[in-house]
This record gives sequence, C-alpha cells and structure tokens, in this order.
Amino acid sequence: MRDVAIIGIGMTKFGELWEKSFREIGIEAGLRAIEDAKISGDLLDALYVGNMSAGKLIEQEHVSSLILDYSGYSSKHLPAVRVEAASASGGVALYEAYLAVASGMYDFVMVGGAEKMTDVGDAEANRELCSTADNEWESIFGATYASLFAMLARRHMYEYGTTEEQMAHVAVKNHKFASKNPVAHFKNTLTVEQVLTSSPVATPIKTLDCAPVSDGAAAVVLCPWDHARKFCDTPIKIAGVGLATDTIALHSRRDICTMDAVVRASSKAYHMARIGPKEVNLAEVHDCYTIAEIVEIEDLRLVKKGEGGKATAEGQTDIGGKVVVNPSGGLKGRGQPPGAVGIAQVVEIVQQLRGEAKERQVPGANVGITLNIGGTGATAFVSILKREN
Amino acid sequence: MQIPRFWRQIPNRYNLIGVQCENCKKVYFPPRIVCPDCHRLSIGKMKQYKLSDKGVVHSYTVIYEPAEGFENQVPYIMAIIQLEDGPRITAQIVDCNPEEVKIGSRVEMVFRRLGEDGKAGIIYYGYKFALVKTQT
Ligand SMILES: [Zn+2]
Repeated sequence: MRDVAIIGIGMTKFGELWEKSFREIGIEAGLRAIEDAKISGDLLDALYVGNMSAGKLIEQEHVSSLILDYSGYSSKHLPAVRVEAASASGGVALYEAYLAVASGMYDFVMVGGAEKMTDVGDAEANRELCSTADNEWESIFGATYASLFAMLARRHMYEYGTTEEQMAHVAVKNHKFASKNPVAHFKNTLTVEQVLTSSPVATPIKTLDCAPVSDGAAAVVLCPWDHARKFCDTPIKIAGVGLATDTIALHSRRDICTMDAVVRASSKAYHMARIGPKEVNLAEVHDCYTIAEIVEIEDLRLVKKGEGGKATAEGQTDIGGKVVVNPSGGLKGRGQPPGAVGIAQVVEIVQQLRGEAKERQVPGANVGITLNIGGTGATAFVSILKREN
Repeated sequence: MQIPRFWRQIPNRYNLIGVQCENCKKVYFPPRIVCPDCHRLSIGKMKQYKLSDKGVVHSYTVIYEPAEGFENQVPYIMAIIQLEDGPRITAQIVDCNPEEVKIGSRVEMVFRRLGEDGKAGIIYYGYKFALVKTQT
C-alpha cells in the first residue's frame, strides 16, 4: 500500500442555498478543489461522490454520472461511484477513494460529498434523517432522529452526571467558531442561557442543541504521497483511516452511551498512524446534536469516558485547551448537508494543518482527526491527517 | 411506511413475538434470521418466541417536535425499554404524566393505536408500554 496525500480542497458555503441546484454545488466544490490542487482536471482517474438521499430529496438518483457529466468529463468516460452510508456518506466515499489510491489502482482521484436538503420542507428533511435509523423498529413507533440522541443523552446524564448546561457549552463553542468561518450556515454567537431556554425538541434536547439541515458540497483531491510535492507546497498526509459499523438500532447496542463503531474505527486509525489520542491537536467530530460531540470525544479517547461534558464546560476543547474540537463550527455552526459533512471535516483539518484557517487558526496544528458518523452511530469513519515538515 | 412492509410485521408488533436461538438460548426482538453470536450454527434454529411483556425503562425522552403522523399526540413519551427476556426495544410510554417516568421505572406492554399513514389513510396498531402501578 502507498501513502496517500490530499493536495486540493474546495467547498461551497453551507446553508440554505435556494438559488443553487444540486449539480451546481457539486461542481462548484469540485472545481475549487482542482484549482487548489493546481492540477489539470485531465489527470483525474476517478470520481467518488458521497450522498445520502438525492433520490428522495431532489428525486434524482445516479448522481455519480450526473456530477461527472456536468463537470465536463463525460467524454473521458471516467469511473464514477456514489457511496451511501447516511450522514457518513462523505466519509465512506473518502475511505473508498483512499483504498483505490493506496492500492495503486488510481493516481489522482476526486472525492466529493454533496446534499441538497432545502428543496423539501423541514418535515421531509427530518424524515430522511430519521430513515437512517431503523425505520421498522424505531421510527414507526414515533421516534424521531432527535429523540434517539435524546435517549442517549438522558442515559449519559444518568450514568455520568452529564448536565444540560455542559451540552449547551458545545453549542456555544461551535457557534463561536462558526462566526469566524466564512462558509458557515450560522454567523450568530450564542450564550449558555439562550441554549438552555430554547424550546424543547425531545427532552433534554432543545432547538439550540440541534444542528440545522443545510445545503452544501465539499471536495478533496487525493494522489500518491510520492507525487504530492510536485503539485503542492504543503501536502497533507492521510496517516490513518478506520471504518466500522454497529447495530442499526440504538436500542440494540451493547451500551447506548458508547459508540462502539467509533471506538473501533478510531483504534484502527490510531494504530495505522502510529500515534495515540494525546498527540492529536484538533478534531472535527459529528455534532449533529450537542450530546453527540460529548460522547464522540470520549469514544475517540480525546477525553476520559464520561468526562466529555465536563471537559467541554472547562474549555478543554476550545483554543488553549487540550484538543480543539470543531474549529470549523461543526455541524452545529457550519451546517449539516449530510453527504458533504465527512468531506467538509477533512477540508477544515487540511486548512488548519496548512496554517490557512485565518481567524480560526489553531496554534501548533500538526495532527488532526475527523469523525463522521451515520445514523446514531451504526457507521463511523475516522481519518487522521498529518502535516509532514 | 408502505403498507406491505407494515403488515408483514403485524404478529411481532401485536404480540411481542421474537425469536430464540436454539443453539445458545438467547432471545431476540425484533426477530433475526441468524444469531449474531452463533452465526452459521443458528441457521434454521431461530424459533418463534413470545416475550414477557414486562420490562424497565432504560432511557426516555418527551417529544415536542413529533414524527410525521404523530402530531396529535404531542407531547409524547418515547423510551428504550429493557425487556425481562433480554432484548431492548423502542416504544412509547402512555397513560401517565412525563414526570412520573424515571430510568428504572417498571413497565408493561399495552396494545394501542400507533399512528396513521396520512397519505394512505391507514391506521396501524402495535405495542406501547404503561407504568406498572406499585401495590400498596
Ligand atoms: Zn445463538
């Protein structure tokens, strides 16, 4: 297996992009990544696209060929693959692309993630998210996506003493970062008080504990590490990857407060990168709800199990803390286009490791980790990215 | 949910019928075709099993932003229930105030109308749970 580098990144603004179509945002992100990589698009060997629900949300399937076609490459007849793994679609697409380059099958690969959520109403968008849980044994009884995370939160509060105030700190921190991110869905900052008094969605989760549903796309260009410096002054190495799964329904997990898929995927990634959690400077995790960030930083072993809430409230996950979590603003602040999330997380870490994150720059960023989950944690993708000087 | 998909599961949703692996005796609900512990050894040995209708609340939430078809039930209580026979399931808790529900509360199954498929106009039924009133 060869080492693999990221030599180009690109993304659209996240938010309600009424004026733009699915194919427009997909291509916009891709072209930016090509431009950033300073390669000719003619070098590309293949395209991987992460997308959750285009069939339901925009009534368009077969989006792999669609994106390639409208990128202007139909006459090259390149391989194009769409990957679906709920909100982990982008991450799993990256995993597949990584394997293809590492194996020697392809040299230059574009990986994109895109989702258009706002062509349908909120109810339909939420139903789509809920269909990533077990439709026949969770959703049919009236469970919503938020309610599943709410039951995880309630049990976490019971077992570890996590509080609603600690959860609110996740939202406050992530909105603060988002306010400095030009592509973020939300620009407003929040107070703990505002989060705590926002209207209940599924107790203990309130409106301001929830990530929004957004439109958006992100893309990266991969190539073998040995070629990378020809195109790029600061190529970023994919030092480790891990992909793991668990039961589709939350209620069937060994422990509903631990995402075993996250534990497994991150163990593989740490092992491959030959580093431990202590060496990680920054993380982009899947904060679809504030409790998710708390559980995930525990299961990535960035903090001790049960102490995710406490660490967040103490500022351990903010600039100046032990490990900076979601400097992009996360799903909560930057936004949540499910298929694009996993790629956008990588885009943020690459910007940070290159030292190009401007106002959001994390000082001394050398090693970053991303975590992209599908459903309530039935899929987990982890990548460890490294700047090599 | 489309109608055939719902009708197929009626015996299970009406009566808490799951399966037991005859190889290791572990009970599963909802039914599974293979045992996740015994794999190949369980093929053809997953037998129907009527679960006890009692359990305890493992976790719960009160829903204010409902799933489609549940609008007229707001607010309603969803729970993950630890059944006596081992499996956990997701179901509503009814016939009580949200403040009465706690992690560890004892519950038993009741048969109720679940919801409505607005488009098809189909009403469907299945299990919910109610608090077990403690004897005085
Ligand atoms: Zn068995």
